[in-house]
Amino acid sequence: MKLVRREYTVVGAAAVGLVLAAGAALFIFPFFWTVTTALKSYQQAFAYPPVWIPKPFVWSNFAEAWTTLPMPFHLFVINTYTIAFIATSGTLLSCSLVAYGFARFRFRGRNLLFLVLLSTMMLPGQVTMIPVFVFWNKLHLVDTFAPLVLPAWFATSAFSVFLLRQFFMTIPKELDEAAMIDGCSYFGIWWRIIMPLSRPALITIVILSFLGEWNDFMGPLIYLNSLRNYTVSIALNMFRDLYYVRLELLMAASLIHIIPVIALFFAAQKYFIKGITMTGIKG
Amino acid sequence: MAGWRDVLGLPPAGPPGLDAPSGALARKIGLWGYLFIAPWIIGFLVFTAGPMLVSLALSFTTYNLAEVRYEGLHNYSFLTLKDPLFWKSLKNTAVYVAVSVPLGLTGSLLLAMLLNVRLRGISILRTIYYLPSLTPAVASALLWMWVFHPDIGILNYSLKAIGIDNPPGWLQSPTWAMPAMIIMSLWGIGGARMIIFLAGLQGISDHYYEAAKIDGANAWQRFVHITIPLITPVILFNLVLGVIGAFQVFTSAYVMTEGGPDNATLFYALYLYKNAFQFFKMGRASAMAWILFVILLVFTYIQFRHSRRWVHYEGGGE
Repeated sequence: MKLVRREYTVVGAAAVGLVLAAGAALFIFPFFWTVTTALKSYQQAFAYPPVWIPKPFVWSNFAEAWTTLPMPFHLFVINTYTIAFIATSGTLLSCSLVAYGFARFRFRGRNLLFLVLLSTMMLPGQVTMIPVFVFWNKLHLVDTFAPLVLPAWFATSAFSVFLLRQFFMTIPKELDEAAMIDGCSYFGIWWRIIMPLSRPALITIVILSFLGEWNDFMGPLIYLNSLRNYTVSIALNMFRDLYYVRLELLMAASLIHIIPVIALFFAAQKYFIKGITMTGIKG
Repeated sequence: MAGWRDVLGLPPAGPPGLDAPSGALARKIGLWGYLFIAPWIIGFLVFTAGPMLVSLALSFTTYNLAEVRYEGLHNYSFLTLKDPLFWKSLKNTAVYVAVSVPLGLTGSLLLAMLLNVRLRGISILRTIYYLPSLTPAVASALLWMWVFHPDIGILNYSLKAIGIDNPPGWLQSPTWAMPAMIIMSLWGIGGARMIIFLAGLQGISDHYYEAAKIDGANAWQRFVHITIPLITPVILFNLVLGVIGAFQVFTSAYVMTEGGPDNATLFYALYLYKNAFQFFKMGRASAMAWILFVILLVFTYIQFRHSRRWVHYEGGGE
C-alpha cells in the first residue's frame, strides 16, 4: 500500500495545503478557546468583547476545578482508571480466547456464530439496556463498578474479537503445528505462540478499550448513583451548572478530561490508526 | 478479493483452521473450538440475546422496577396514538440523521481526499482533524456550549464581526438548537470514518489512474469513474454504521440542552432514557427500544438491498 498518491500537481498540492491549513485552524479553534478560557480570570472569562489571551494566566483555575465538587477530582480519576483497568483486562483475556477459537478451529456453526457476533456490533444498545439494568438491580450491584466491568470478561466487545481474529489469521498455522508436535496444548499455543506474536493488535485493543471506558458516559450515568463512585465523565457533567457562573472552571475541568486522551493518542498514534483501519477495511 | 463478506471480515468459503481429517479427531478439535468461544457464548446469552427477549416481553407490560403488569399492545398504542413527544423525538432524530449523516459522510470523504495529498506536515494536519473525534463526548458538549453561548460565545461574536447583527440564539432557540447539534457533529468528520476512507483511497492501485490518464481522462473523470466506484464498499460501510450511530445520538443533547428548548433537541435515545430512568416507565421504554430496533433493521436492510445497485466490488483481485 502506498501512502501517497501522485494525483496532484505542485500548484494543486499547494492549494490543497492552504485549504487544509485554514480548515485545521477552524477545527482546532474550539480547543484553543477552551484552553484560553480555562486560564482566564473570572472577569475575563465573561468579558465582552472576548479576551483572546488571558492576562495573567490563572493557573490556579485547575487547582480550584479539582476541588470544586464536594469530593476531590482525583477520586473520579481513580474510579475511572479502576474501571478501565478491570474492563480492559477482561476484554483482552476473553476476546483473545474467543478470537483464537474462531481463527483456528473448525466446528459446526462457526461461520453462523461469527456472523451473529459481528451483527451484535450493529445492535442498538437500547434494546438490551433495560433488562440488563434490571439484572444488576436484582443482584443489588447497581451503584458498584460490577455492571461496568464484568460484561467485558465475557467477550462482549465484538469489535475486539473481530480485530484479534483478523490478526490471528495472519499468523502462519505452521507455528501452531510445530508447537503441537513439541507437545504444546491448545491453551499453550494460544498463550505461547499466538499472544506473543499479536502484541501490536493487543496493544491496539488496550488503547481503544481504555479510551472507550474513559469516555463512556451512558454506562456510568445509568449505574453509578453516589458521588464517591463517579467517573470523570459524569463528574464533569456536574460542572455544567457552573456554565453561568464559573465558566473558566468548567473549561479547566473539561481540559482535565481531554488532556489524558490526547496524550495517549500522541504516545500511541500508530495503534489508533491500525485499529480503525483493520476493522473498517478487510483485515 | 473484496466483497461485502471481506469488508465485514467474514470467513471465505474455505476457512482456515486446524484441518482435521474427519471423525473422532475432528469432533475433538471442534469441542476445543466451542471451549474457546464459550466466554462469548455465555456473554451473548446473558448480556445480549436474553436481554433482547426480556426487553421484547417487557414492552408488553407496565413495569416500574417493582411491579409487572401485562398490558398487551398498550405501550405501542400509547406511544403512537397518544404521546406527541414520541413523534416529536422520532421526528427530531430523523431530521438529525437525514442531515448530519449525508453531510458528515461527504465531509469525511472530501477531507480524506484532501488529506491524501503528498505534502510536508500532512500528518500534523491529519492529527488536527482527528483530534475532535477523540474528545470525550461530555467535554466536547461543554466546550461547544461555550462556543454557542448566544451573548458572549465566540461564534456569535464572529458572526457579529462579519456584519450579522442578529445572530441566532443557538442552543437556547427552538429553531437553531438542532442546527447547532448538527454543526457540532460535523466537527467530528475527521474521525474514524475519515481514516477508513483514507485507507480505502490508499488501497486503490495506481495502475487504474495511470491507465485512465493514458486514455485522456481528466481529474474529474478519474474521480467519478475510478475513485468513487472503488470506494463504494467503504461508503456503504460508513453509511450503515453512520445511520445506526446517528439514530442513537444521546450525550450531546443530554449535556447541552436536556432535550430543550421546547423539546427541539429531544432525541429518540434521550426520550427513551428519560422514560426508563427518570420516569421509571421501563415497559414503555422497552417498547421504544424495539421500535428503534425495527426501524434500524429496516433501514439497514434497505441499504444492503439497494447497495447491489451502486456498490462495486472488485472481482478477482488486484
